[in-house]
Amino acid sequence: MSLTDFPLVAARDGLRRGDFTSVELVDAHLAAIEALNPQLNAFITVTAEQARGEAKAADAARQGGADGALLGLPLGIKDLFCTVGVRTTAGSKILEPFVPGYESSVTANLRRDGAVFVGKTNLDEFAMGSSNMTSAFGPVTNPWSQDGQKLVPGGSSGGSAAAVSARLCVGATGTDTGGSIRQPASFTGIVGAKPTYGRCSRWGVVAFASSLDHPGPFARTVEDTAVLLGSMAGFDPKDSTSADVAVPDFAAACRKGVRGLKIGVPREYRSDDMPAEIDALWQQGLAWLREAGAETVDVSLPHTKYGLASYYIVAPAEASSNLARYDGVRFGERKEGSDLNDLYERTRAAGFGPEVQRRIMIGTYVLSAGYYDAYYLRAQKLRALILKDFTDAFRICDALLTPTAPSAAFAQGANMDDPVKMYLNDVFTVPANMAGIPGISVPAGLDKAGLPLGLQVLTRPFDEATGFAVAAAIEAAAGFDALPPIRAGVAA
Amino acid sequence: MNYIVEGATGPWEIVVGLEVHAQVISQSKLFSGAATAFGADPNSQVSFVDAAFPGMLPVLNRECVAQAVRTGLGLEAQINLVSRFDRKNYFYADLPAGYQISQFAHPIVGAGVVEVELADGSSKRIGVTRLHLEQDAGKSLHDQHATKSYIDLNRSGVALMEIVSEPDMRSPEEAGAYLRKMRTILRYLETCDGNMEEGSMRADVNVSVRKNGEPFRTRCEIKNVNSIRYVMQAIEAEATRQVGVWESGGTVEQETRLFDPSRGETRSMRSKEDAHDYRYFPDPDLLPLVLDENWVEELKRGLPELPDAKRARFVAQYGLPVYDAGVLVAEKETAAFYETVAKGRDAKLAANWMMGDFFAALNRTGTTIETSPVSAAALGELVDLLTDKTINGRIAKEVFEAMVETGDGPSAIVEAKGLRQVTDTGAIDTAVQAVLDANPDKVADYKGGKDKLFGFFVGQVMKAMAGKGNPALVNDVLRSKLG
Repeated sequence: MSLTDFPLVAARDGLRRGDFTSVELVDAHLAAIEALNPQLNAFITVTAEQARGEAKAADAARQGGADGALLGLPLGIKDLFCTVGVRTTAGSKILEPFVPGYESSVTANLRRDGAVFVGKTNLDEFAMGSSNMTSAFGPVTNPWSQDGQKLVPGGSSGGSAAAVSARLCVGATGTDTGGSIRQPASFTGIVGAKPTYGRCSRWGVVAFASSLDHPGPFARTVEDTAVLLGSMAGFDPKDSTSADVAVPDFAAACRKGVRGLKIGVPREYRSDDMPAEIDALWQQGLAWLREAGAETVDVSLPHTKYGLASYYIVAPAEASSNLARYDGVRFGERKEGSDLNDLYERTRAAGFGPEVQRRIMIGTYVLSAGYYDAYYLRAQKLRALILKDFTDAFRICDALLTPTAPSAAFAQGANMDDPVKMYLNDVFTVPANMAGIPGISVPAGLDKAGLPLGLQVLTRPFDEATGFAVAAAIEAAAGFDALPPIRAGVAA
Repeated sequence: MNYIVEGATGPWEIVVGLEVHAQVISQSKLFSGAATAFGADPNSQVSFVDAAFPGMLPVLNRECVAQAVRTGLGLEAQINLVSRFDRKNYFYADLPAGYQISQFAHPIVGAGVVEVELADGSSKRIGVTRLHLEQDAGKSLHDQHATKSYIDLNRSGVALMEIVSEPDMRSPEEAGAYLRKMRTILRYLETCDGNMEEGSMRADVNVSVRKNGEPFRTRCEIKNVNSIRYVMQAIEAEATRQVGVWESGGTVEQETRLFDPSRGETRSMRSKEDAHDYRYFPDPDLLPLVLDENWVEELKRGLPELPDAKRARFVAQYGLPVYDAGVLVAEKETAAFYETVAKGRDAKLAANWMMGDFFAALNRTGTTIETSPVSAAALGELVDLLTDKTINGRIAKEVFEAMVETGDGPSAIVEAKGLRQVTDTGAIDTAVQAVLDANPDKVADYKGGKDKLFGFFVGQVMKAMAGKGNPALVNDVLRSKLG
């Protein structure tokens, strides 16, 4: 067994027992990155030297009796999290040269617990995308690609998902604005969790849509993901939307079981065009939970059908304002102009890719005088109704189970001609962002083509613990042990 | 009397509303911990939040909120326990985030009122529509480089209160009185230093004109006028311009204008068509601002005595005329100075000295109440010397001038210069007799009915006594000797 085969908790156990050192563990992952990143493009920046130094320090700290929750474990960091002294691009040309002088609260929490950062992972530009195709640093290849056909890893946190799936690190951070953790987790056969809004601080995370952005973890097991979230989460006075709520022991919650839990099945998530194998997997998931002692009940989320439409008003609106600061004046890439407006226009035309430009224009439009009430205000009202749907549903059930995405990973280049078709990838994930409730994607099986499919567990605000318990039950029942063709030690 | 603009077609009334931007006195900025001191080196008081670096988030400064609430209470305004911050989006080099965080739909303070006193002794209540909190932008410096503009972000993110009035003013004088009163209230509350020269208080002026009894006509907004005098001049110039437009058959267009004090005219800055679409929406980085009623009550209890209340008290407690009381309370420091002088003394005499010789001395020496060469205690001592007849009024003026010049106390000056009033009737007798003996012809004239000569004798006696004779005693002795 290679050192890159250990998932997070197993690797931690090995470090604790002294089976291997953090230097050895990190070196093994760096070697895998060196071997596979040219093929996968999962990392925009690899911080090998810094990681080796941190691993050495972690080993020394362990010698001195330290035992942080993540001490000496190699993680990937989505290149949307500002990391002090390490270039942070947001997958955009406009931030290509940007090196922050500050560390995001989430990555600072991970460092506090001893984590080693092996690099900054690729993503859709400013986290806008469901395929990782919009990155200014090139697309990421899904490690499940085979027979020469390159598949997308999903997005926007595609680099993090691909890196964890291909065993280039034991865990990674992501952000989920409309499904950007859960959908790539599903596409790459790993676990991804989007916690409650306010659970993980947004301070130091490059903003896409402030009211929808949720930092969260990726790992290969439910428990690993729970451990990571435990480190990332916590109240942060620097983020006014951070919640001052105690962080429970998520890892312990994974062992709680589901006996007596009521699992809701939202009828609006079923549609005629859902692929039969996804529907079958969904039913299988429900059956597993019943076998584990849970009860399943039908619930209704009547406003789900408006989720995607209202999301694509709120998210671009906030983005159009959040991205106004990228003007070439104080940081990042500048294109000189004949006057101030010319400088703005040249800088932003050259710095932003087509999808980002599209969303800035949509957002600017829906906030314009005369359109605000028709679009933004109505979308916010729908948002309140979507939250009410969930609140009502959680009166009769403890968790909801749905498919994570309407399909398995698709080919690079597919859906590129039709933005709306691309946006439909997020149809099952977006409502949780609109409502701010927690969601986890857990790998549950393979489709006919041998590609992984995930199921999504949604729970009440600040009840990630129940989500982990349900996800762990599915994980145990599914026995998902398929491996991606491209992974550490194996190149396709 | 009503202010009117006399046009070719008859009289026009002017309608004025003011938006005052008042910089909040606070240690740090509205949404960041950066300092706010005036005059620091460019870009030395800028946090990553103020410069809108990626991933930076605003955190509301509690003290700025308290200052806005205090100001609202001082304006007798409604305090909104729930308010919200919105983003006002526009691109400019000195606006790093590309949006200003402001309060558009739900301000922290609602309707209030400011009572102003006018020159004819009347007073008028001017409505306050609202007060909201917002961030200031940075400063563009266009004179540092031949082709480039420099940006100083020290001011970026500093808290401002925008205080919007109703269109209740009908003359430049009323607008001036409103601004002066607003400044006085802000200074009493210590929520804004009211310093228009340094830009910590600025005004946007909305002006329209109309014929008597008409509804409002189109208004123009004159941006960023930075002195009360200019505000008054700008209103007059703009009203005259608008009357000219209407009377020549034209239409006044709603637009933003600038006032050029050197030419005494306003000129167009941007028309309605070029107006920004600010795309206001609630700032998703900030939660609604919810105030605890008890906290507001606590702030209310901590408010100082405000100018109107103080003026009423001065009238009642010290027996001052309303006008005098109004002058003395215009600045909190002046009022406090006066109360120190008046305490336990003849309050009217104290007021006369403050408003007469003392203010004149401040003017002449270019000093203020804080830097005055004469302290309140010293002025009080002078009043004491007058009251207990140690010196007379004429000598008091001489002593006061010496106090201004040397900074010495009045008693010391009186002693050093030997200015103590002579109340020894023997000495006065001698002096009077000497004057009468020297002027037998005038004595005869007086006795012959020339009553006016009495003043001459007083003058001569006082001169002989180097001004130190007690005037009342001198009069008495003269009268008895002249029979």
